Amino acid sequence: MLCQICGKNPATVHFTEIHDNTMSEIHVCERCAQERGLQAPQAKQKFDIADLIAGMVDSVTSTEEERVGHVQCPRCGMLYSAFKETGRLGCAECYQAFQFQLRPLLRRIHGDTRHKGKSPARDGEGVSRSRQMQRLYDELQRAVEREEFERAAELRDEIQQLEKEDKATQTEKPR
Amino acid sequence: MSPPLDDLDALVRGPSPWLDGSGPKADIVVSTRVRLARNLRHVPFTHRARDEQLQGVMATVTGALQRAPSFSQGLLLKMTELGPVDRQVLVERHLVSHELGDGAKPRGIFIAPGERLSLMINEEDHLRLQAMASGIQPAEAWTAADHADDELGQSLDFAFSDEIGYLTSCPTNTGTGLRASVLIHLPALVLLQEIQKVLKSIMQVGLNVRGLYGEHSDVMGNLFQVSNQTTLGQSERDSIESLERVTRQVIETEERARERLVRDARIQTEDKVWRAYGILRYCRSIASQEVINLCSAVRLGVSMGLPGLCPLRVVNELLVLTQPAHLQRAHGGELTLAERNVYRAQLVRERLATAAREAGPAGNP
Repeated sequence: MLCQICGKNPATVHFTEIHDNTMSEIHVCERCAQERGLQAPQAKQKFDIADLIAGMVDSVTSTEEERVGHVQCPRCGMLYSAFKETGRLGCAECYQAFQFQLRPLLRRIHGDTRHKGKSPARDGEGVSRSRQMQRLYDELQRAVEREEFERAAELRDEIQQLEKEDKATQTEKPR
Repeated sequence: MSPPLDDLDALVRGPSPWLDGSGPKADIVVSTRVRLARNLRHVPFTHRARDEQLQGVMATVTGALQRAPSFSQGLLLKMTELGPVDRQVLVERHLVSHELGDGAKPRGIFIAPGERLSLMINEEDHLRLQAMASGIQPAEAWTAADHADDELGQSLDFAFSDEIGYLTSCPTNTGTGLRASVLIHLPALVLLQEIQKVLKSIMQVGLNVRGLYGEHSDVMGNLFQVSNQTTLGQSERDSIESLERVTRQVIETEERARERLVRDARIQTEDKVWRAYGILRYCRSIASQEVINLCSAVRLGVSMGLPGLCPLRVVNELLVLTQPAHLQRAHGGELTLAERNVYRAQLVRERLATAAREAGPAGNP
């Protein structure tokens, strides 16, 4: 597609605007975009995400925001304030480092904060095993509370069995 | 079965096989795409990683590809080794995003034969797995992507948290990392001015929709992309099913609109279709935008079953092969705008003439 302003260079900058339910798009080359003072698409996208995040922290006072902005990821050194500007996290560990700020943001974007999809094939078995173990422990605790000792003994055996299997698979397949 | 890919030349000679118009409801839904975003756990996300780290990602991922049966054959292209036209060709084929198309960083793409499965390396996320299918086939595309993802996951350590799922560079993809979309052609709804209502209701059920091409308030080619908006709190199956359910409703609405067009304005509609076909068949200079708009009318005619037009496959082919980078590559060198329009017209005429010959005497209206 060619630039809609100069008609010479390939259009590499694309804008979509929704106004009164009418969608409009314009495709221009980088030079015309610069000359006309139109923002580059990446900058625009980042700006949108930054807007979203800014909207999220609207209720936070400026001193609080200053403090939050200085939270830093120990692994990649990314500052929360930098994430707010770019809309991109620095590494997997940023999710941990910024978890208190990210949780409301994720809820705002997705309406939820819990993953309900698949797990990586590699730890699929391990994850489902740890979830199963967690479920058994919860049930055991409830059984003890209700003084259902027979049921509790069954659950204890099941847990011990799972732990034994776990050890066996770990010695079989060292990673 | 698709022939093995030797190089980019083999790829560019034809259109993408998933544009062959063979899928269910392919007269309205051009294609289905499923994309999964993944990152390696111990490497900073692409935009924060150093070039050596990105080279490391390339090496690790290509190693994993060799162990994944879904990728046993195919073509690995490194963006730094491609010229601007070749990179743009990949963008025009929807194999590569604009971001990956800049060629400055150690980035690459692996394309399996048939282009139904591809993997972008070091895009916004370290891995962007993509499955394509003709017509409306979200479940099939998801199965292919899911399978390939499992194969890669055997040897790659993906950044994943039990609580919030796959960790991605942008929080809008966190969770499943899934973006499932359909490219849908809605000319009757546009003609009858009911499109805004439909787009609004699509957005109200939590899906995203945008015009594929277009300027100002016109959506060029009447092509729209519908995709899931959220990736957390919904399983992949849920996202896929909701996209399929909504798309089927939109198809039904478009079909009813087409019935009304035929009932109330048959002559005007057929006239529009045949005029569009006539221009494409005999033009001597034509701009890319005009091809897209005329192809939309011809596509509507083919779908209405008007005899003597070309097969759907040819309309789809024209949309890809007439774009600037494809044209220049087919021509074997750079072309000015005016030259491009002339060469484009020639290509369109030839394709339509070939299609008419193949159809035999019945193919001549």
